[in-house]
Amino acid sequence: MKVKVLFFANLREQLGTGVELVDLPDSASTVAGLRMHLMRRGGAWSDVLADMKVVRVAVNQDMAAANAPLNQGDEVAFFPPVTGG
Amino acid sequence: MKISIQTEDFDLGLEVLDIQQDNRIGAVASFVGQVRDVPMTLEHYPGMTENAINKIVEEARARWKILDFTVIHRFGELQPNDQIVLVAIASSHRADAFAACQFIMDYLKTEAPFWKKEHHPDGARWVNALESDDKAAERWRGLKQQRLLKP
Repeated sequence: MKVKVLFFANLREQLGTGVELVDLPDSASTVAGLRMHLMRRGGAWSDVLADMKVVRVAVNQDMAAANAPLNQGDEVAFFPPVTGG
Repeated sequence: MKISIQTEDFDLGLEVLDIQQDNRIGAVASFVGQVRDVPMTLEHYPGMTENAINKIVEEARARWKILDFTVIHRFGELQPNDQIVLVAIASSHRADAFAACQFIMDYLKTEAPFWKKEHHPDGARWVNALESDDKAAERWRGLKQQRLLKP
């Protein structure tokens, strides 16, 4: 199952990528599953995505919880708490 | 009825003029946020930003009588004193206009996907989210349908 994964702000900088297509095993088809899948890459990935208190997730441009299911073609974004306004 | 995410500056007077034409309107409240003392880069999530602001405005429209509105948020490179955000609300009475304007700003601070990176003389750093902003948005949850001021 392929999902489009986006990273913003300090996450984008620390991971060195803003967007990538991730091939996710069906057994990992939730937000938490995707996060674990990415953390297994080690290095910055396991550091940056470890603390979910400072990482927010959106699925198809809507805020999502860790147990939110993922489907083929979904757009998943990881970012820090927002600071606009 | 306008939501705009843009790099260009805006003119408060022209934006207010644009939403005060209807003769049922008796009050326009507006808020402008601007950069304090440090240059910054504002990043956002195109697509989700518009969706998030739309939802905030819809929630405000469910709580108060809003006849017209404009929300503008800039992104990109901004200098001290540059304008960042405008919320302007037109209503029949001031209570709705004031409350909706504050509600939209409070939620925009915690829900709209924007991130500020400040450029200090000793280097750049991402701004941390403030707990006080979460509290400002939180306090509206207990105030369903309630008004800050009686008309």
